[in-house]
Amino acid sequence: MKATAWMGTDSVKVIDVPDPKIMNARDAIVRISTTAICGSDLHLYHGYIPAMRKGDILGHEFMGEVVEVGPQVRNLKPGDRVVVPFPISCGHCSSCQRGLYSVCENSNPNAGIAEKIMGHSPAGIFGYSHLLGGYAGGQAEYARVPFADVGPVKVPDEVRDDQAVMLADVFPTGYMGAEMCDIKPGQVIAVWGAGPVGLFAAASARLLGAERVIVIDRFPYRLRLAEEHVGAETINYEQADVLDTLNEMTAGRGPDACIDAVGLEGHHGNAAMYAYDRAKQAARVETERPFALRQAILACRSGGVVSVVGAYGGFVDKFPMGAFMNRSLIMRTGQCHVQRYTRPLLERIRRGEIDPSFIVSHRMPLRDAPKGYKIFQKKQDDCTKVLLTV
Amino acid sequence: MDRVDSVLLPELDGPVPATLPSTLGLLSLALGVGALVAPGPLARLTGVDDSAAARMVIPAVGLRELGSAAGLISGRRPAGWAWSRVVGDAMDLTLLGRALADHGGERRRRLTLTAAVIAGITAVDVLAAVRIGRAQRARARMIRMEIAVTVNRSPAEAYRFWRDVENLPRFMAHLESVRADDLRRSHWIARAPAGQRVEWDAEIIDDQPNKAITWRSLPGTRVPNAGRVRFVPAPGDRGTEVRVELRYAPPAGALGRAVAKLFGEEPEQQVRDDLRRFKQVLEAGEVVRSEGSPNGISVRQQAMQRPAQPLPASRR
Repeated sequence: MKATAWMGTDSVKVIDVPDPKIMNARDAIVRISTTAICGSDLHLYHGYIPAMRKGDILGHEFMGEVVEVGPQVRNLKPGDRVVVPFPISCGHCSSCQRGLYSVCENSNPNAGIAEKIMGHSPAGIFGYSHLLGGYAGGQAEYARVPFADVGPVKVPDEVRDDQAVMLADVFPTGYMGAEMCDIKPGQVIAVWGAGPVGLFAAASARLLGAERVIVIDRFPYRLRLAEEHVGAETINYEQADVLDTLNEMTAGRGPDACIDAVGLEGHHGNAAMYAYDRAKQAARVETERPFALRQAILACRSGGVVSVVGAYGGFVDKFPMGAFMNRSLIMRTGQCHVQRYTRPLLERIRRGEIDPSFIVSHRMPLRDAPKGYKIFQKKQDDCTKVLLTV
Repeated sequence: MDRVDSVLLPELDGPVPATLPSTLGLLSLALGVGALVAPGPLARLTGVDDSAAARMVIPAVGLRELGSAAGLISGRRPAGWAWSRVVGDAMDLTLLGRALADHGGERRRRLTLTAAVIAGITAVDVLAAVRIGRAQRARARMIRMEIAVTVNRSPAEAYRFWRDVENLPRFMAHLESVRADDLRRSHWIARAPAGQRVEWDAEIIDDQPNKAITWRSLPGTRVPNAGRVRFVPAPGDRGTEVRVELRYAPPAGALGRAVAKLFGEEPEQQVRDDLRRFKQVLEAGEVVRSEGSPNGISVRQQAMQRPAQPLPASRR
């Protein structure tokens, strides 16, 4: 089959690899119809996530048709159309049973390595480095889906591929970012990042009853999406001082909750600050560029919530602990526990409460994946989301 | 019996090596006291009675024997004291050899008999010294570890799976097979690198249903080992803390290196991986495999990881 493989920093290729086969009794094989390039795939593309190997198949957002199931999979049959959550979760460990699917205790076969960096291992993820399991990803014609009796969700005919595939990662991740803010009527929520996750966080904050949503980014075309599709107010951080503007908009209180939907490769309006972190990151003194996180902590109202769904990999420098501690802030974070949200969000799509396909800017065949990575990386041609059809 | 350290391994601390030094010590004590209290009768018995040196040498030999006795009975450095007896035996045989050259007739007969007895004792001493030394060195190489994992299953379920020892190779990566001969005894085969195998028989020496199992290898293995697994209810109704204690003495030499490799560079990591697989099998029903790690969890294997893409048909 054809598959998109990581070939080194800033290099992906569509190569020929063997077809996947059932390895365990709870596996399913899915023939992929639509897959997507995620913002966090760019961290792999740029070489920031350790333990990638030349030839690793990428992709953790995918959907398609079940073509084969292992003997222990009773909820799916060949022919079912499914979307597959990105965390691989066994469903039976105590984390899965508490709904914390992205910290499944069993699904990372390289847990010992992850423990050395993170203390405890999170779940395995499709196509996301050997640190997180060494699973083949879904930017391919077929994928093996472990624990298929727990993850994949059947998609009804009336929900289109370009809507359903958002349930693999970006929509639930944005939704969880908003849910962790514990939004109450009248509240103001600020979202750093107007990429797919940030836009879904903003849209979800609205669905969950926020009175005002403020989105912060530097790309006018993305801010326009936030205004037109979410009804958010926006700040372009290259044109305005974010803290001053937020304080002014909230009459000195600061937003009730701040969502960091940016993660480790942030940009900063201030060239000197950007250069400082970029240099430290290049020297591997720190692994992140946490501008959004620092700003979110400083901006948040006292006693508010900082919700982090942007992806971080290692260690952060200059974390404003004084502000965080002295102002009684709460931080909530996590890779999305997608399995918790797939069904309820699918229901919202089916009922027409939201059409998540509004973020899709590019559609191309799988063989053009290298071009898709390039366009997305350079934010060319107003790119927000690239869908690959197989 | 609270800790696995209290489990006796027959080769290392079983009946023979543990009592051998003190038996030799008592023999030394008897000879030493005899030589000091009754040098005359002893001299006559051994056939050296008229030798001018005997009056001086026999009490000296007695003092030396008392020294060895004190060392052996104290239990410290038993191998060294056992070898000191061998050195003493060699001195005695030399003296007897000189006495033999000077005598004939009846006394020569008694001297020859004495020499034969001492030669026999020397052989026993050499064997004992070698054996005690080997056990001592094995104990010095002994690897001990204590590793625990929390499994989201009841103590009874975890105990039941482990108690069926034939299940062990499903999560202990280095085991090729375990055959239960009866409820207590089993035969284990482990794969070592370069096609080598290590086999041993083991017995369960303490079995507390749903609580703990203690086992040890039987004499005859080259890798004496003992272990205990306890199944402790995790607080807050969170399943079971499976706590494993292990102790094993890898042999010296090439096989020892193979056994060390078998357990990985860090033996504890290997056992930790085994316990992770135990958790996977109990909770998820299977050993979790990815394309990059088709054999499941193993840190040792991380270096040999292949790209995360489906296996070619021939590797399946």
